[in-house]
Amino acid sequence: MEDTVVDIDLKEKEEYIINMGPQHPSTHGVLRFETCLQGETVKYLIPHCGYIHRGIEKMSESLTYPQLIHLTDRMDYLSAHINNEAVSLCVEKAMGVEVSDRVKYIRTILAELTRIASHQLWWSAFGMDLGALTTFFYGLRDREKILDIFEESTGARLLQSFITPGGLMYDVHPNFQKRVTEFVKYFRKKLPEYDQLLTGNIIFRERTQGIGYMSLEDAIDFGVTGPSGRGSGFHCDIRKIEPYSAYPLVKFDEITFDVGDTYHRYLVRMKEMWQSLSIIEQLIDGIPQGPIMLELKAIKAPKGEYYQRVETARGELGVFIVSDGAPSPARIHYRTPNFSNLFIINKISAGHKIADLVAISGSLDLVIPDIDR
Amino acid sequence: MYDFTPIIESISGYFTSTFSPLWAGVLLMVLLGIAILGFYAILGLYLVYAERKICARMQNRIGPNRVGPMGLFQTIADLIKLLMKELIYIRNADSILFNIAPFIVIVASIMAIGSIPFAKGLQAIDLNIGVLYILAISSMGVIGVLIAGWASNSKYSVIGAMRSGAQVISYELSVGLALLCMITFSGSMQLSEIISSQEDGWWIFKGHIPALIAFVIYQIAGTAETNRGPFDLAEAESELTAGFHTEYSGIKFAFFFLAEYMNMFIIAAIATTVFLGGWLPFHIYNFSVFNNLMDLIPPIFWFFGKTAFVIYVMMWFKWTFPRLRIDQLLALEWKYLLPINLINLILTSFLTLMQWHF
Amino acid sequence: MALLKTIKEVGNYFLEIYDGLASLARGMKVTGKYFIKPSEIVTQQYPENRATLQMFDAFKGELILKHTEDNEHFCDACNSCARACPNGSIEIVSKREVGEDGKSKRLLDKYIYRLDTCTFCGLCVPACDQNAIAFSQEFEHAVFDRTKLIKQLNKPGSHVVQKQKTEAK
Repeated sequence: MEDTVVDIDLKEKEEYIINMGPQHPSTHGVLRFETCLQGETVKYLIPHCGYIHRGIEKMSESLTYPQLIHLTDRMDYLSAHINNEAVSLCVEKAMGVEVSDRVKYIRTILAELTRIASHQLWWSAFGMDLGALTTFFYGLRDREKILDIFEESTGARLLQSFITPGGLMYDVHPNFQKRVTEFVKYFRKKLPEYDQLLTGNIIFRERTQGIGYMSLEDAIDFGVTGPSGRGSGFHCDIRKIEPYSAYPLVKFDEITFDVGDTYHRYLVRMKEMWQSLSIIEQLIDGIPQGPIMLELKAIKAPKGEYYQRVETARGELGVFIVSDGAPSPARIHYRTPNFSNLFIINKISAGHKIADLVAISGSLDLVIPDIDR
Repeated sequence: MYDFTPIIESISGYFTSTFSPLWAGVLLMVLLGIAILGFYAILGLYLVYAERKICARMQNRIGPNRVGPMGLFQTIADLIKLLMKELIYIRNADSILFNIAPFIVIVASIMAIGSIPFAKGLQAIDLNIGVLYILAISSMGVIGVLIAGWASNSKYSVIGAMRSGAQVISYELSVGLALLCMITFSGSMQLSEIISSQEDGWWIFKGHIPALIAFVIYQIAGTAETNRGPFDLAEAESELTAGFHTEYSGIKFAFFFLAEYMNMFIIAAIATTVFLGGWLPFHIYNFSVFNNLMDLIPPIFWFFGKTAFVIYVMMWFKWTFPRLRIDQLLALEWKYLLPINLINLILTSFLTLMQWHF
Repeated sequence: MALLKTIKEVGNYFLEIYDGLASLARGMKVTGKYFIKPSEIVTQQYPENRATLQMFDAFKGELILKHTEDNEHFCDACNSCARACPNGSIEIVSKREVGEDGKSKRLLDKYIYRLDTCTFCGLCVPACDQNAIAFSQEFEHAVFDRTKLIKQLNKPGSHVVQKQKTEAK
């Protein structure tokens, strides 16, 4: 796009501009799409973000490392545990310490549960946007079981701030293993129902196949990671490229397709849920005993610059810390997946109809607070 | 209970004997109008309640259950709320057309109810072109929709109304052709004669394959006619345009809403009459014990039971499937439903000629 | 040759229709199955089930200062929790009193907790050496007046427990 500062020139007749404004039932967050339409076809689309900018990076400069964990929850709130893990790993890498095996196993299990919960919510909202209103309830009904697991061990359903530099805040509840095993058994029976209800449905396939084609070059140029990028063939799973925590110990597949349309981005997430279930099954029965928290005198990163990347439910999250030896970072910056995923929407939705715009933005799975931080 | 003819005869007899023919006619029509309006309003309210309860059960939850026992007064509370809302007057809208539009839609559906046979003898008008009359009247409803979109003086309302109009007009073809198949089987357009021709078995069983195909097509096209279910993009496309009834508030919106549910009832009632035997009970060929048992249930329960089944299937469609886009919707009609309908018609005519139906 | 192609196309047409209808029927089976099973209802009737509703023990509801039956609390006004809190939702007002042995001691005057700015991050509870604060499971916090959300956690008339200092956690 040549000029993003709004200088729109309505060249042809019958072109008009409307806002899918910041308050909208289908953008799932405060994001404004300035759409230029001709009749019913989208000519181009300018997203305006920043409605929920809270200054998380600046606020973090006056907080110590354990204190700034609770702010990272609130970026991509559907992958709260994974965001916490990213900052904790970066600080531990800076200090040069390694956590115990028990902590690694529990962190990975919580991260995979978070990934499943996030994909369940995405599936619910995607079906609802397309008009199948019952999918909303089925996805959320199953997600409640994961939230119960979180609440029992960490105390909160959505914003847990449980994983801190050095380990975990508390030990998990004794019921943790039993509940997780029960959940895995329960969800393995329910996932095929999701496919029967939506995936194979001819109306759904007609609405999503061939829509929103994203080529591999575009995905790499715009930096679209996560399931959206993997739908176009971009092998970007950080769990395979730079494994962290307990990922070197588990076997799972990285799901990619070569097609790059909305239907295959949908399929990537559905198959990822199966892979996450298998990762949890491999880890849950063998959690070793050990200390929950390292005995550290003070959590201070030595002087220097440190970077750590993790795979959240939406893509690659990178944490960059510049430290000068103080208990607070001098500068912390987050490379968030949703920020890069958002800006490809202009390229892939040009030429489609308005109804397809909803399907495309649903398949990119955007969480707006992550864009604005 | 089993035969309403003597009751109706006595009432009309009383009126014709006490008043002059002109006044008798007028008073009878007024009485009929009040009865139908009352029936319409109450049935409309309880259809909305039924939809909320059914969709709740499909979604693993309980529907309304606080207002009144089991939530039965919920729609009445909603109606009172709508009545108390402010009627917003649009400055640049054509106020005559703007106000007439909801009435056209309601009048069309009330007129259609007048010709449905509810039970033996309980039918307001028994025209000899019954089916044609109903098809013509439901076409009048489209005019209401188009006028509503036009008179709102808003870009999005016009787009929504045009889409909805295109959809309804296309699917009327399919509805008409499916009904034409059944008229070919039964040989008459008069609704009471269609029912009496099913006394030895419902047409959906007697007319085996073509009747089944016609029923499925009628069900799909009927759902699209009423802007319901997976074909509801004209009103649920609240992404950008909220459809032709955006600018309506309060009781006028309630009219559109009610008319949609009652249209659903009318489509279901026609399906019951033509395919499923109207108010006739379910008889197995000569199994007289079973038949006598089935005869015990009054016909009016049979009628409402069958209509309820068809309405349930329509609600099932709405809550399971995603929405179709407008071009896919029209493609479905013109490329799939219409050719199959025509083939079905040829098949039906052939079967009727050769008397190969039961 | 062209005839064969037309036959194949017609066959594909009908196969597509059958395929589509079958997928729709599969979807309807799922919702139909839930319609006839009322045992799968997952919602709870909230205000009516307050008597039996129990949150998990770890649930972070609201911060409380633990009190014994003799109205004694454990806080010695060391300010660790206020320093651990990231946004200043805890304020400790302490006073100095001369004890029996002539030494001046620091005692807790007011423990002010702001429910309106607390983010429930849970950093205060492990920071306390005396195990004096904890999270209760109370979640109904709605009030009509915002000033009611600034609470004083030490109950009137309570004083710190008079025994040896408890073990550091």
